[in-house]
Amino acid sequence: MSFGDYMLFIVSAILVNNILLAKFLGNCPFLGVSKRMDTATGMSMAVIFVMVMAGMITWLVQYYILVPLNIEYLQTIAFILVIAALVQLVEIVMAKSLPALYRALGIFLPLITTNCAVLGVAIININEEFDFVDTLVFSLASAVGYSLALILFAGIRERFMLTKMPKAFQGTSIGLVVAGFLALAFSGFSGLVGGH
Amino acid sequence: MLFEALAIGGLGLASALGLGVAAKVFAVEVDPLVEAVEGALPGANCGGCGYAGCASAALAIASGKAAANICVGGGPEVGEAVAQVMGVEVVYREPDVSQVDCTYSTQIAQLKYKYDGVQDCRAAALLAGGPKVCEIGCLGLGSCVKVCPFGAIAIGPEGLPVVDPALCTGCGNCEKVCPKSIIHLTSVTRRILGFNANYNCLAPCQATCPAQIDIPSYIRAIGEGRYEDAVSVIKEHNPLPLVCGRVCPHPCEDQCRRGKTTEPVNINHLKRFAADYEMNSGKRIQPFCLPKNDRKVAIVGGGPAGLTCAYYLARLGYAPTIYEAQPHLGGMLRYGIPEYRLPKKTLDWEIQGILDLGVDAKTDMAMGEGFTLESLRQEGYEAIFLGVGCWSSRGMRVEGEDLDGVLPGTDMLIDRGNLKDTPVGERVVVIGGGNTAMDCARTCWRLGAKEVTVLYRRTEKEMPANAIEIEEAKHEGIKFHFLAAPTKLVGENGKLTGLEYIKMELGEPDSSGRRRPVPIENSETILECDNVIAAIGQFPDLAFLEEDASAKDLAITKWNTIDANVDAGTTNIPGVFSGGDTVTGAATAVEAIGAGRRAARAIHLYLSDEDPGPLDNWVRGPKELPMVSQTPDAAPAGPRAKMPELSVPDRANSFVEVELGLTKEMAMAETQRCLQCGLYCYRHNDQPYEAWKWERKDNA
Repeated sequence: MSFGDYMLFIVSAILVNNILLAKFLGNCPFLGVSKRMDTATGMSMAVIFVMVMAGMITWLVQYYILVPLNIEYLQTIAFILVIAALVQLVEIVMAKSLPALYRALGIFLPLITTNCAVLGVAIININEEFDFVDTLVFSLASAVGYSLALILFAGIRERFMLTKMPKAFQGTSIGLVVAGFLALAFSGFSGLVGGH
Repeated sequence: MLFEALAIGGLGLASALGLGVAAKVFAVEVDPLVEAVEGALPGANCGGCGYAGCASAALAIASGKAAANICVGGGPEVGEAVAQVMGVEVVYREPDVSQVDCTYSTQIAQLKYKYDGVQDCRAAALLAGGPKVCEIGCLGLGSCVKVCPFGAIAIGPEGLPVVDPALCTGCGNCEKVCPKSIIHLTSVTRRILGFNANYNCLAPCQATCPAQIDIPSYIRAIGEGRYEDAVSVIKEHNPLPLVCGRVCPHPCEDQCRRGKTTEPVNINHLKRFAADYEMNSGKRIQPFCLPKNDRKVAIVGGGPAGLTCAYYLARLGYAPTIYEAQPHLGGMLRYGIPEYRLPKKTLDWEIQGILDLGVDAKTDMAMGEGFTLESLRQEGYEAIFLGVGCWSSRGMRVEGEDLDGVLPGTDMLIDRGNLKDTPVGERVVVIGGGNTAMDCARTCWRLGAKEVTVLYRRTEKEMPANAIEIEEAKHEGIKFHFLAAPTKLVGENGKLTGLEYIKMELGEPDSSGRRRPVPIENSETILECDNVIAAIGQFPDLAFLEEDASAKDLAITKWNTIDANVDAGTTNIPGVFSGGDTVTGAATAVEAIGAGRRAARAIHLYLSDEDPGPLDNWVRGPKELPMVSQTPDAAPAGPRAKMPELSVPDRANSFVEVELGLTKEMAMAETQRCLQCGLYCYRHNDQPYEAWKWERKDNA
């Protein structure tokens, strides 16, 4: 792929095929940790980190273990296993060598151990038959798209704290309504990159 | 089948091995102390302590960055458990509870307040280029209710949040979330260290008061019959309400919005009413103090600045000791203000209240005689406040000042303070136009002088004395000789017989805005008299500095005052602070009180190893608010209460207090005149006072 193709690829992953708002993966933390901007930011950083790591390791598992052994149909269970072990490993290594980063991301790492967005990106990587570099780029771009949506959403929800709202809409209800609006808004990007 | 199981099992085993190796290689030695502390914490991860979860809090506690009792979620047992782990003693924690500052819900604010053409208080604040947050009017969203982890807040019947102090743990979540910042954490430390800031909702009187008393609050409290609450509100910012209620020149009343349409509210005499209530009830209303920490602070000078500084330091838990050169505490309140304005008995009662908070006083101890800055430090005083006041009288600088019968103004008043009478002749001339001159003139009249004349070089309009003092002096038959300045003192055999003065006329305004008096040539006149009293200004007596090797580096201004930061009272010597007249030159008691509190704040920060630097956003006086140029439709009210006074014949040869105090009925009527202003709003006429007042449920 040329540089232009990569740019298109990245924009497509961030805006057009946003993992949260177009593919609706990872909705649990999207609603769960989006009440405050600082936790949303922390979560975003953790997602970016884990998604890139998971994308790479699952690609290696797929093409160096599952395919040679002819057991591709065990992909899901193998990926979950590997991602869970990876996050734990990262946590252990980080606690020792990067204590500052660990304190910033620490409480969010276990939250995304078995996050469907992480697993989803790993499986998309395989389904789309990406090579290793594509996998890396796609994982990163998807994670950035996830962060963008989460931070936008947290910004909106912080304002809800200060608004008068009918009781029936308070909390998760208005969260889901707004998530729908955000998804609608993001669907406006669909003309940006042709073909999808 | 077996193969697949083995493959997945192998993958799992490999992962497990990898993790196991990593755990061994990258093992972090968790401090057992941290683990133990974390075990003692409730694990709720509420974040109320300010750390991200209990694990971070445990780390902070174990590393000594946070106190053992920071957990706000678990109550005192958790604090005790953590303290046990840490091996520290459990000490008393200062109560820190949320308090709602605003008294108006949006509905009431819109009903009762008139904003000159703008929609609401926030719009007005924005238009004036002022703060973006107006504290008036709760929006009633209940964000604070939702955010409170302990269920301590509920929206009351008035549409305002009501805090249950028993449940509130002081976590501060409500303070963070409130969009109009009407809910605040309050603790003694916060209240003492907090100064009126430009984002607060300040009534004009409150913004003007040098002591920053919450005037609308105490007037409201008096109006609702809650006299004890009124005294508490005043004592929050002014430890000397009995004194100020009698002698304060009340700059607040000059800014009163009621004064825009009619006469201002009699704010100061309402303060005296509340303070007198406390004294007459015999039951002291003492403010809350923190537990004693036995750190010693020396206060040199027992005047209003020193007393105030000691009062706030005692409330913050320090052990202040006042060193006073005179036999009694009070400074110029005792030795400058005559008995008929401020009875010594009243002053003694007030001072005793401050001493009861744990303030030690050593009298007859003058700086430079028996102790120095160095010796105080050696005795273990960690900070020193110099509040020595202005005790030297400025001379007239004319011929004949050494004649018998010429007296410095302060000396006579100081003698009166020690209950000694200065013999005065039949004809006395007092030179000067300030309050000291009025005090001297009225004292001489009481001491039996038949003819007392005040000589002032400008006109009555320029006199710096309080208007009421001038009026009372006239009632007592004091003569005024305006536009006259002394040129020579004449005498026979070393005894004063007369004063030669020259007539003046007013010329161009000088830098202070007052028209400069210019002598009229060849207009010298002799005024026969037995005594001349010069009351033309005072300056600090800093002679002690010359004999004190450790203090000779102290920076002095060209006016012979101590060169200290006006905000913080810090001098060029670390640990030495100053404030009041010593820094500003002769001024008012209420300014010294403000300076005393600012110095107490700075001393507290200094002793806590923090920077006592200048105050941010400190409101130093009334703001010009273009939106409130008038008060249309202000709630109607009767005339200003007039202070009942002793009749003039009863005053002769007597030092009985002249002002008798407002009666209960007068005070009540006067509270109705208060418009209960905020920054922009004021009470509107369509609701009587009774309809909008309501009982506060928090015992604030």
